[in-house]
Amino acid sequence: MTDQVKDRIAGIYVDGWSRIVATMIRLTGGAWDLAEECTQDAFAQALQKWPESGVPDQPLAWLTTTARHRVIDRMRRASTETAKLREVAALDLEPSPYSSDSEIPDERLELMFTCCHPSLSLDAQVALTLRSLTGMSTAEIARAFLVSERTMGQRLFRAKQKVAHARIPFRVPPAHLLPDRLPAVLHVLYLLFNEGYGDPRKARLCREAIRLARVLTALMPDEPEAHGMLALMLLHDARRPARTDAAGDMVPLAEQDRSLWDQAQIATGAAICERALRRRRAGPFQLQAAIAACHATAPVADQTDWPQIVGLYTRLARMAPSPIVDLNRAVAISMTDGPEAALPLVDAIAETGQLNDYYLLHATRADLLRRADRTQEAADSYRAALDLAPTDAERRFLRDRLRLL
Amino acid sequence: MKYLMLVCTDPSYTPGQDDGAPDVEDWVTEMDGKGIRLMGNRTRPASDATTVRVRDREVLLTDGPYAETKDQIVGFDVLECGDLDEAIEVASRHPMAWAGMIELRPFWPDDED
Repeated sequence: MTDQVKDRIAGIYVDGWSRIVATMIRLTGGAWDLAEECTQDAFAQALQKWPESGVPDQPLAWLTTTARHRVIDRMRRASTETAKLREVAALDLEPSPYSSDSEIPDERLELMFTCCHPSLSLDAQVALTLRSLTGMSTAEIARAFLVSERTMGQRLFRAKQKVAHARIPFRVPPAHLLPDRLPAVLHVLYLLFNEGYGDPRKARLCREAIRLARVLTALMPDEPEAHGMLALMLLHDARRPARTDAAGDMVPLAEQDRSLWDQAQIATGAAICERALRRRRAGPFQLQAAIAACHATAPVADQTDWPQIVGLYTRLARMAPSPIVDLNRAVAISMTDGPEAALPLVDAIAETGQLNDYYLLHATRADLLRRADRTQEAADSYRAALDLAPTDAERRFLRDRLRLL
Repeated sequence: MKYLMLVCTDPSYTPGQDDGAPDVEDWVTEMDGKGIRLMGNRTRPASDATTVRVRDREVLLTDGPYAETKDQIVGFDVLECGDLDEAIEVASRHPMAWAGMIELRPFWPDDED
């Protein structure tokens, strides 16, 4: 019985933590630490009381009410100044709306936009998002980013200080600011996904990113870029089991065992992407998702719709120009028009100097040269890539390619 | 909430980058009228500045700014705004946000040490 209750509490915690923290932040006028501590206390009380009394019918309402009582209690005890006492009294008199779960407003969107305010550094945005929206502890977040708990604690402290002192408003930005502010939220969530994607030790970050992306699309159903990002995450995640082989080495897309791909998730991702694009407000995430869908829905590598991928990269390059997009487009063109057509494009990118230290520029050129039977030049490029490759797995991969020449 | 708005030039300014920028007199008139701008002024450049430090009870004076920033402070305003987004909006409409850069510094809260 007790274990069942504990499991239920753990289940409620997943979304409940951020919902209650958000409500407490608004109630206290921005006291983040107090909000977190009182939310923590509420869950602790649930763990203590519910095994005996049973899980309440309206668990979120119970927890939110408990957190709120704790907030009022602590605010009362903390201050004797008239102004603060008036604040607390005002809180106390507000009729409690928490009699049923369905009445409790969902303020996680406000929380997301506040955490991702552009006046905070990206590190701070990421840390705050994880702490307040996933309920991960400071220690857990520190481990995920390979920094000490103390460092992460300081980062969180400074971020919350800035929110309070600079008065970053706790709200969803007004319509005229959304085009600037929504991309920041998407950027943080996608960064979290990427951070967790490559490293099995960080798989939790991937899961949390996908979960938050789902929350975001549920709360902002009319934003196609949010749906595009969710689709992109689902499509990448579906291929994860085939990305590395038994030795932990990377398997390139063309050689992956597609029977290991999660076809149901691919279908879901592709459908979300398609629905988003039908709104005719294409954006970078939607286009990237469409490209990922082309790859993921091809039954075998040879049946990949490369012409469509070229078209999508061309649109993406116009919308969000970047040398990496140009590089990927060149690879796609090598599949439709042959490596000789793509090599001048890669050389043009190399000429700008922007990607000189990016190992994939050299690895891509090497691969194209290999396919064009320019073996000596290919070897030179593989060696250049080897010098710049960031991980053992990537170095092994490149050495293999060099050997097979 | 009060903010110190530091108005600075940008050393990497390229002519034309502030084409279409708002007029500064209009900005001052509007923000004064709304009670957002409490006070402000241009300041003389760094060459007329003096840095004051006291070390071991000795007053040390240096000619010019202390900070080795390449940014040049050319003025300041004190704003009263509801929150940071409002202050950002106000600052972004100052022509020097286009031609230079503006730093927003919240005042130290009265009730904190």
